[in-house]
Amino acid sequence: MGQFNDFSEFLAMGGHGLYVWLCYGLVFLILIINIMSPWLTKRRIVAEQKRRIRRGDNNES
Amino acid sequence: MKIKYPQWFYRLASPKWFYAISGKLLPWFTIAALLLLVIGTIWGLVFAPQDYQQGNSFRIIYVHVPSAILAQSCYMMMAAAGAVALIWKIKVAHMVARSCAPIGASMAIIALVTGAIWGKPTWGAWWVWDARLTSMLILLFLYFGVMALYSAFDSEAAGDKAGALLALVGVVNIPIIKYSVEWWNTLHQPATFKLTEKPAMPPEMWIPLLVMILGFYLFFAVVVMMRIRNEVLQRERKSDWVRAIVTDL
Repeated sequence: MGQFNDFSEFLAMGGHGLYVWLCYGLVFLILIINIMSPWLTKRRIVAEQKRRIRRGDNNES
Repeated sequence: MKIKYPQWFYRLASPKWFYAISGKLLPWFTIAALLLLVIGTIWGLVFAPQDYQQGNSFRIIYVHVPSAILAQSCYMMMAAAGAVALIWKIKVAHMVARSCAPIGASMAIIALVTGAIWGKPTWGAWWVWDARLTSMLILLFLYFGVMALYSAFDSEAAGDKAGALLALVGVVNIPIIKYSVEWWNTLHQPATFKLTEKPAMPPEMWIPLLVMILGFYLFFAVVVMMRIRNEVLQRERKSDWVRAIVTDL
């Protein structure tokens, strides 16, 4: 398929496999972190706000 | 004389309006970004031809160039938002500037590290202290500096101002990055895309690259909107409309 005859050739990347897969792995990781970080922040903000509203606290600092 | 701006200008400055419109846009941008990134990655890794000199390590270009371009665009957006915020005292603009910083820093890290990994088989060195690499490293440090200033103050307003000011000063680094491959001797290859010339590589190579660049921009749009929305929720938490939204979530 494509430029490669079989899957092991694709993984080997003509001897440059380590370099190519390291790069793509790093990119995947950093993109995931970019999504997860604001998602977790939102959950934290909403949880804090809900707690505050339940307490009926309008004058938090 | 008091200048009257068109109505959309005021709307843009309203956190409530931004929250509503970004909530409608987010799913579509997410789908588009995911599609482009998946298509571009498969195209670049499997179907694009290998480089006759660099072989398959050339495929690193499909993540290296988009992240490097985005790291710079994101910096310009951060500085522009910072300027708008300082001049017109618009709350949303500060939220935009603050949200750009960590995303841009992560893109600069991708560009630097994938560049180093690509440099090893191509130049025989992970790192050289030439103008392009050094100015990109400075861009990363500028991002870190801006992020540090944004969180260094007890008062949010003081942090907003300090961060935006450093972001503005750091803009001088952007043309240095761009022209570094022309002004100084370097191992780094010149720009792949120029407005005035055809790319030096065949379409089978640069079309997937274009797909990846668009994918990275859309991805940026998604994560920057997510971050700005968090800023809105946090900063407008006392307003009735945010309290209503939070209660429903």
